[in-house]
Amino acid sequence: MTTTLLAAAPATGQATTDPLPYLAAGWILLAGLHGLVTSRHAVHAIGCLTVVQSGTYVLLLAVGYRRGATAPYFTDIPPTTPVADPVAHALTLTDVVVGAAVSALLLALVLQTAKRHGTADPDALTGLKG
Amino acid sequence: MTHAAALLPLTVAWPLLGAVLLAGPGRWLPRLGADALASAWATAQLALLAWLWSAAGDGRIISWVAAWTPVDGHSVGIVLAADRIGGGLALLAAALVLAALGYSWHYFDEPESERGHGGAFPALLLLFEAGMCGFALTGDLFDAFVFFELMGVAAYALTAYRVEEPRPLQGALAFALTGSVAGYCALLGIGLLYSRTGELAFARIGEVLDREPAGPVSAAAFALIATAMLVKAAAVPFHFWLPDAHAEAPSPVCMLLSGVMVELGLYGLLRVYWTVFSGPGGIPAEAFRTTFLVVGALTALTGGVLCWQQRHLKRLLAHSTVGHMGLFLCAAALLTPAGTAGAALYALGHAGAKAALFALVGVLLDRFGSVDEHGLYGRGRDLVAAGALTVTGALALAGLPPFGTGLGKSVAEHATVHEAPWLLPVFLLVPAVTAGAVLRAALRVFAGAGTTPRQRHAGPETTGSGEEPEVRDPSRRVPRVMLVVPALLLGASLAVGLLPGLAHRIAEAAARFCDPAGYAAAVTGRTVPAAGPRVPEAGWTATGVLLGLAGTLLAVAMAAAALWGPALKGPAAVAARTAADRLTVLAVVPLRRLHSGHVGDYVAWLAAGLAALMVVFALCT
Repeated sequence: MTTTLLAAAPATGQATTDPLPYLAAGWILLAGLHGLVTSRHAVHAIGCLTVVQSGTYVLLLAVGYRRGATAPYFTDIPPTTPVADPVAHALTLTDVVVGAAVSALLLALVLQTAKRHGTADPDALTGLKG
Repeated sequence: MTHAAALLPLTVAWPLLGAVLLAGPGRWLPRLGADALASAWATAQLALLAWLWSAAGDGRIISWVAAWTPVDGHSVGIVLAADRIGGGLALLAAALVLAALGYSWHYFDEPESERGHGGAFPALLLLFEAGMCGFALTGDLFDAFVFFELMGVAAYALTAYRVEEPRPLQGALAFALTGSVAGYCALLGIGLLYSRTGELAFARIGEVLDREPAGPVSAAAFALIATAMLVKAAAVPFHFWLPDAHAEAPSPVCMLLSGVMVELGLYGLLRVYWTVFSGPGGIPAEAFRTTFLVVGALTALTGGVLCWQQRHLKRLLAHSTVGHMGLFLCAAALLTPAGTAGAALYALGHAGAKAALFALVGVLLDRFGSVDEHGLYGRGRDLVAAGALTVTGALALAGLPPFGTGLGKSVAEHATVHEAPWLLPVFLLVPAVTAGAVLRAALRVFAGAGTTPRQRHAGPETTGSGEEPEVRDPSRRVPRVMLVVPALLLGASLAVGLLPGLAHRIAEAAARFCDPAGYAAAVTGRTVPAAGPRVPEAGWTATGVLLGLAGTLLAVAMAAAALWGPALKGPAAVAARTAADRLTVLAVVPLRRLHSGHVGDYVAWLAAGLAALMVVFALCT
């Protein structure tokens, strides 16, 4: 696998310089943050957190994208074919796993909060002040 | 590859394996068996890290995982790099995890069916330890993010451990939402850096970044990563989660959160700055210094003011942590080896003192089911040992020589005098105020000193009465281990100040920490230049001892004024009290109102802070 990846390194195509995906990632981040700030339900807030995370997916995929390149999967293509950056894909995959763990834990906390407080509205959950 | 390098990845794998064992087969172990297994596991980890710390010597231990070493300077492997600052923090984390495990030996003495099985709590602690050790030892930016999240998830779960009660859930939710947003900010920054450089190891990113002059991409990336680290380090305005989480997490968990996790946030900021952004393609040192000295001073003052105002003992200690983090940030942001050495020594001494104080508040919670300073007035009179230890802890917090806090404070002050003399009053005042608040609370609770405090209070506050005790049997005697552990921790804080040679070792480590060229050479396998930066002087000085004594006296005076001031008669005393009340209404109540307990507000502050950092660093590059 070492050889495959290192062989792939010189063959990677031109990275995209188009600013659109980066702006889109920033926009998604802001949309998620806006949702988190104004959220009236904790499950909705976790949804917004996932939106924030989607911004990171878009950014990482844009970073790994190569114009005219194919998937970095070398079983049936010659090793000199231009491919997308496999490292960026590995990062995105790890990001998905981390996000799943965090969302699962948060949803469990919200379920439990709803049971104990009888509400999941952040405006009503302000017992810790000052 | 040396033995030390071969064993370096084990520092992450070992606690992870322990967590799996305890969470899986551990469910069939009796409570005692699970505790014994976890303690043995944590002891082995501590021994391994101590050996690595000594093996690091005056260099760094570099380990490319699975021998994926760089080829022609280009690498896709993952590197672990232990120097004595990172390794020392991992060692501190391991020591505190062992202390927390020992402390909770008799702590959650509840029927096992009620809260899952006996292995769950130690398993989470070991998972937390794996995250912290990995974060302290990694030399790879993306791995730093993964360990950041691992330590975060474990900490959120530990904060909400008493899941059947409402308030811990609320604290954990605030902690988890802000922490996760911070993590994704870091990831965005990492993505930007990767798009610019195509590298992920700290040293390599730094080298590639320096080929071109700094631009908006590196400024944005730094602002995003710095925001994430500052959320963990609880710097203003990213600190709102900390009091909520610390107030509601179980006491042994607070020992870890305050003692080492927030310090790791600061470590991450400095590590990333030195190895990635300190060159010509990064952030100018002057911009970093000015920005973070201001942020640090604001953090210290906010923590100090809010600490003094608390009656909820755990929130009081949490705000004291915020105040001290501000001081560490100031010292480290000087970007000199002397400042870094001061911050490291101070954090080390503080870890022992603060963990001991949280452990002692746990005794009160265990006994009375309350952590309300006013409600507990005079009720702790029979807990003589706990009272004496709390007063000692308060004096340590004030920086009384020869405690390690005093030594760290004196080294940090000495470094600050030359660079930013305007910070000296902050260094003198903030530890004194927070120690004065702890002293006031200790004398009220354990000695019934002073006038009877008001039971009712206007304005936004969390009283801390009616907390569920973390154990079910308040009539039992205080388990001896719950007093032995804080005594040992205070002893360790004392040892930091007294052990000959320790300060010099840390100064050497700090000099190496501030040497990005040496770090990059070590990671990429080139010869490390022999002459690193000059090792600063670190040790007790006459001025440092005098300032430490002055701070302690100030703390005692403030505690005395709070306790007996209300009973004083005469026009001067009345005028002073009126002025103090007016000041509180004008300046302190609005500040307390900002701590609204509303997650949305915390995220809004985070976004505002991020935007401010982006503007500042974009203008400076």
